[in-house]
Amino acid sequence: MESKTLTCINCPMGCQVTITYEMKDGRINEETMTVTGNTCLRGKTYAISEVTNPVRTVTGTVGLSNRELRVVPVKTKTPVPKDKVPDVAKALADVKVEAPVHIGDVVIKNVCGTGSDIVITDNIE
Amino acid sequence: MKRKAVIIGGGPAGLAAAVSLKDNGIEDVLILERGSSLGGILTQCIHNGFGLHTFKEELTGPEYAARFIEMAKERNVEALLNTMVVDISHDKVITCMSKDKGIFTIEAESVILAMGCRERPRGALNTPGYRPAGIYSAGTAQRFVNIEGKMPGKEVVILGSGDIGLIMARRMTLEGAKVKAVAEIMPYSGGLKRNIVQCLDDFGIPLKLSTTVVDIKGKDRVESVTLAKVDDKMTPIPGTEEVIPCDTLLLSCGLLPENELSDKMGVKLSPVTGGPIVDESLNTNIPGVFACGNVLHVHDLVDYVSEEATLAGKFAAEYIKEGERPINGPEFKIETGKGVRYTVPVTVHPDRAPELTTVRFRVGNVYKDPEICVYMGDKCVLRRKKQICAPGEMEQVIIKKADLKNLKDGEKIVVCLENVL
Repeated sequence: MESKTLTCINCPMGCQVTITYEMKDGRINEETMTVTGNTCLRGKTYAISEVTNPVRTVTGTVGLSNRELRVVPVKTKTPVPKDKVPDVAKALADVKVEAPVHIGDVVIKNVCGTGSDIVITDNIE
Repeated sequence: MKRKAVIIGGGPAGLAAAVSLKDNGIEDVLILERGSSLGGILTQCIHNGFGLHTFKEELTGPEYAARFIEMAKERNVEALLNTMVVDISHDKVITCMSKDKGIFTIEAESVILAMGCRERPRGALNTPGYRPAGIYSAGTAQRFVNIEGKMPGKEVVILGSGDIGLIMARRMTLEGAKVKAVAEIMPYSGGLKRNIVQCLDDFGIPLKLSTTVVDIKGKDRVESVTLAKVDDKMTPIPGTEEVIPCDTLLLSCGLLPENELSDKMGVKLSPVTGGPIVDESLNTNIPGVFACGNVLHVHDLVDYVSEEATLAGKFAAEYIKEGERPINGPEFKIETGKGVRYTVPVTVHPDRAPELTTVRFRVGNVYKDPEICVYMGDKCVLRRKKQICAPGEMEQVIIKKADLKNLKDGEKIVVCLENVL
């Protein structure tokens, strides 16, 4: 059995959640798993996902080819695997789009093979 | 020019107040905004995590702002951009200036203060050392990176573990900089837990508690900073110095409500929060002048700013519709008991209070397993167990009008922590 104590990040409570688990065929054996310290179900879900498939939403910026001193913010539309975060950040480095741009516009499809798209998060006319 | 409701500031507080005024039947609503766009600081807070309470989804700052900008547009809220308010008189005459209009005045029936806050600058920190280039407040660096697309440096030390500093530690790392350490003078971080996990732990950035900057080296550009441990009186301990080579020092050492205008117009300020002293209606000591958002007290979540500003808008609408509401009944003060640094509001009028009044507060230290208590006179009307209370996370209690009505002359309301050392 392995044990990990994590700070739950689902809300400002920041519960210290301890998960004790063993892996079976690449998955957590849910029958023997114990989760303590969480004050709601989200804490349990978070602890399980953090030890099996931790994900993060990546936010950053891309350039605007037709604006001076102005970049536009973007994010991954859905969270991506945590170990892909640096790759996704690098993939944004030299990207430029042309204004106007609007919230939800897709900049990169399936970024770094994560299945998530990079989308614009601000309106620039 | 005479206007019904004038809101100073077009950030999250100002926008929510404007929407609320419209929804409560006030047609004539004007926002005065010094920047070139609405949304305030949210436009540079490009990380996600906003709106979980308000919209039940995780948005980035600009997305959250866009929702409120859209709501304001739908309701035809008028906004004057690039317009700086330079003075508000006690009788609510607002002097503004803009490039287009020059200097002009507005007579307001009601004023909503929503100017937000600003960062504590280096000059207020008494940090020794040279004054080279490369020292920025975290929010300034955030603007450079997220709006202008310019990196302020490559090797970074961050002083202070406020949320903006933590967010910038991750942001600078993802943009290719090396963030060497975050130093925090207190024995605990003032930032939200999730930010410590996702911005520092995820990237292996050390958080050095009870540590401060004792020297900054470099004449033209920062070359290194010296960190040292501090004792329980926050005095650096000789022999614990550590020199960290870097080209940039970011300061994330607290936010200060921006109340020069309020002070000048005669609004009474709290020495603890730096924000106006308000009653349950978020009214300052001047009838018809309301305050909400970070100008009132610094929040950690924008959702609560929107909630508070929505209330301020509602109360301002009532004020405009009914005229100055005479306070017939008594006024009670909310006092801070053990562990509690301040409350907002500070006073309550039971006759005027809504059915439920949210009292927000901060504690002064980290407390394990405390009970949050509210006393009215001798009677404990609320007791709630918590796993933890920390200064970085705002707390709230909700008090009932029914309980307020039972208060007798001379009795006090006390918000305090129990079961703590």
